[in-house]
Amino acid sequence: MRLGFFLKEAFRALRRNAAPSFAATMTILVTALLLGVFIPIVQATTGGASQVRDRVLLDVYVKDAATEPQIQRLGTALKNLDNVGEVEFISKATALKAEMKERGSEAYEVLGNNPLPDAFRVTPDDPDRIDALADAIVVPDSGEKRGSITSSPAFAIIDEIQNKEEETQKILSATGGIFVGAIVLAVLLTIASVALVANTIRLSVFARRREIEVMKLVGATNWFIRWPFVIEGVVVGVMGGILAILLLALAKVTVIDSLQQTFDFLSTPETLGFLPLSLVLLFACVAVSAIGSGLTLGRFLRV
Amino acid sequence: MAAGNSEVAALAQQGQQRRAEQMSERSRMRSGEVPVVELRDVSKVYGGGTVGLERVSLEIGRGEFIFLVGPTGCGKSTCLRLLMKEIEPSEGELFIAGRSLKVIKRNRVAHLRRNIGNVFQDYKLLPNRTVAANVAYALEVVGQPRSEIRRKVPEIIRLVGLSTKLHNYPDELSGGEQQRVSIARAFVNHPPLLLADEPTGNLDPETSIGIMQLLYRINRTGTTVVVATHDRDMVDKMRRRVVELYEGRVIRDERSGLYSPDESTSEFAIRLRGEFGIGAEGHPN
Repeated sequence: MRLGFFLKEAFRALRRNAAPSFAATMTILVTALLLGVFIPIVQATTGGASQVRDRVLLDVYVKDAATEPQIQRLGTALKNLDNVGEVEFISKATALKAEMKERGSEAYEVLGNNPLPDAFRVTPDDPDRIDALADAIVVPDSGEKRGSITSSPAFAIIDEIQNKEEETQKILSATGGIFVGAIVLAVLLTIASVALVANTIRLSVFARRREIEVMKLVGATNWFIRWPFVIEGVVVGVMGGILAILLLALAKVTVIDSLQQTFDFLSTPETLGFLPLSLVLLFACVAVSAIGSGLTLGRFLRV
Repeated sequence: MAAGNSEVAALAQQGQQRRAEQMSERSRMRSGEVPVVELRDVSKVYGGGTVGLERVSLEIGRGEFIFLVGPTGCGKSTCLRLLMKEIEPSEGELFIAGRSLKVIKRNRVAHLRRNIGNVFQDYKLLPNRTVAANVAYALEVVGQPRSEIRRKVPEIIRLVGLSTKLHNYPDELSGGEQQRVSIARAFVNHPPLLLADEPTGNLDPETSIGIMQLLYRINRTGTTVVVATHDRDMVDKMRRRVVELYEGRVIRDERSGLYSPDESTSEFAIRLRGEFGIGAEGHPN
């Protein structure tokens, strides 16, 4: 009975205050749209960053003079090191083929011979400890003795170690920047929309402050007055949220899904699915508007 | 100016004397019975130093019909607003049915108000509800079941004589009709106490009589009715208890009084001249 009364009151108020209600719905809609776009973007960037992290590896270049057995010995020595996940041998020929495929073959044809060395690509188990791994592979003619690690004779044929980590770091910091920027923007926009919603609802409350005063004088408790407003807020939130989700779904079907075939990053597996995203958005909309309408009432209830 | 002041002082003294007599009489009559309303040395000073009430003590027994009279700003409305716990007294204590308003917590104020019917000069109806919905609201607030609401609302509206206007909105009614709705709303819960702040303030004399009749009938059911008014005709015709306030003080409390004590034309002329300071300013004519 009570609930029925509150629902009736809320819908009556919505009908009577169609314009402010519409404004509040639109504000919620915009907020939800922004969140709906930002959440996947933020997730995609963090997802991208973790993919880059997976690609942390060491390239160990072998001297041209090295013989076949020496190279094999180096391979096993590398495999026996601590924290080594995978060791892949890339011969001069394979490397050249890959390079030519990537950059075009003209330059190498002009060059006449293959300048690329044989190489081992070492993938660490734990990307965070790649520095230690790089240190463990001691290049003989660098002359340095690092701690207790003794240089294996197999390492004598190593020409150079290239730690890909530096590149990785660059990528990570770039994505980190994007991530932080996106978060800041999202937070700012959310604050702005919450303020807007609160203001819109406050306006509709203000328009009815006399009515609220009368209700108080007749003996209505604060919550008796507040519930219809809260329900009103929930309805506004639900409408705005559903509209936003519909628009997002439309955008997803027409734009993202068709682009997905060409742009791989759009389908990063870490991105939240559409359904959970919709639920999160809907919940956020309802919470924001319900709290907004319930709280803004406080000042007018002091009669 | 001086003449005016002494006049008022004399009035005040007279009033206090009479009040003292009547108070003792009343307490004799109702020994052992708790008054519905009691004010004990109540003062109210508004922000900025405006005095609303000054050390007012008043007892209103059960089933009484009482007029609070006096010029605007004398403290009538302050008195009623204090009883509604809309405002708090600066000093003193108010009791309703023997319970001090001081100890009523903020979240129980609503429950206090459900036991006090309220009628206002500007009706204070909810503008976007029909007559029936306005009256029903007072019942919804209390949490009455729908069947009760459906039964009681038409009944009380018939009682105030508006059966044909059940589904009209307040702005479609005349002032008198709106006031009837407001009375219906105030009385639908059958409160033991009904406060009316200038109920006829916006109405013509004919309509006012109708409103007063309603209030009188409500009083006959045992409800204590307190009417703040400056409707001289009404007070004089009804001959009920009259409490006169002046600048926040009770200056008169009569069992079945007139709006103001009899005053001859010449006395009135003296007061008029005194209050406007004409005589004292050296304009003898």
